[in-house]
Amino acid sequence: MMRPGFTAPVENAQACFRAVLDAISRPGRVQILTLGLTPPAPLDIATAAVLLTLVDAETPLSHDAGAEADSWLRFHCGSPMAAVGEAAFVLATGKPPALAGLPAGSEEEPERGATLVLQVASLEAGTGWRLTGPGIEHEHRLNARGMPAGFISEWAAQRGRFPCGVDIILCAGDRVAALPRGTRIEEG
Amino acid sequence: MPEDTESRRRWMGILARASHGAIQARLGAAPALPPHTRLRGPETGLVMVRGRAGGDGAAFNLSEMTVTRCAVTLHGGNVGHAYVAGRDRQQAELAAALDGALQDATLRPALMATVIEPLAAAEAEAVAREARKAAATRVQFFTMANMR
Repeated sequence: MMRPGFTAPVENAQACFRAVLDAISRPGRVQILTLGLTPPAPLDIATAAVLLTLVDAETPLSHDAGAEADSWLRFHCGSPMAAVGEAAFVLATGKPPALAGLPAGSEEEPERGATLVLQVASLEAGTGWRLTGPGIEHEHRLNARGMPAGFISEWAAQRGRFPCGVDIILCAGDRVAALPRGTRIEEG
Repeated sequence: MPEDTESRRRWMGILARASHGAIQARLGAAPALPPHTRLRGPETGLVMVRGRAGGDGAAFNLSEMTVTRCAVTLHGGNVGHAYVAGRDRQQAELAAALDGALQDATLRPALMATVIEPLAAAEAEAVAREARKAAATRVQFFTMANMR
């Protein structure tokens, strides 16, 4: 059965957009969404809300979330589906694709780099990775459980391509945090 | 085109062209509609109407028109859609709920008989009335042909 999207589309999308904006401006800070949303499995509330807010008919989407989520995303976002290498947004609920395989933009148009919406097991600020870089005064700490092995080295490799690269929005339950491409990550 | 697609197209068209008041009036005699949940809308927006001169030729933008759309899900699982001209949100939601209910084979005969067919008859009557009024003032340009 098809599930509804946002109960108040304008207000909910604005609130979620603000949360994503705050998350990207302050990498590693965890934002909490308070929305009444019942997305289809395996999507968490935060994952579904971020997609409803950011993805539309002009942003090709690639995802690994299965048939029920596929029809839900097609109906509510209205986005065309694309291969991982051509998508503007990539949703990963399981093992994410290699960062090097996603569109990274070009020197002239770095904004064409993909955004990876990555659903993880949990997000906790204050412990874990040490994040530094733009938007962080000294350091932020972020503990994202369920990240793939080797992620830190993949991330370090993509920093060499700056300003090209992939931005990541991490989602878990009702929590959102972001890792824009300029952020440096070190194991805590 | 499969027959059920054709008949669904017909009832969606009839519901889109009927007013909210007319649909509501017919619903009094109909079996109660199953409860529904809104999936999207009702929301009003603009769509671009495109046309082709003579039915072929390159498509051009004719104009924008106001359309209200709504999608609902019935608790049986059917999804009803409605796109109606204008900004009557109640009509769009009612038409979507009816579209969902009409997809249910057990409800369809009663709803067709009490709602859709009377609305279709009223619409045909209105078209015929307009045609009669227009026919009364019709001018026949046969003078030139007869003068030869």
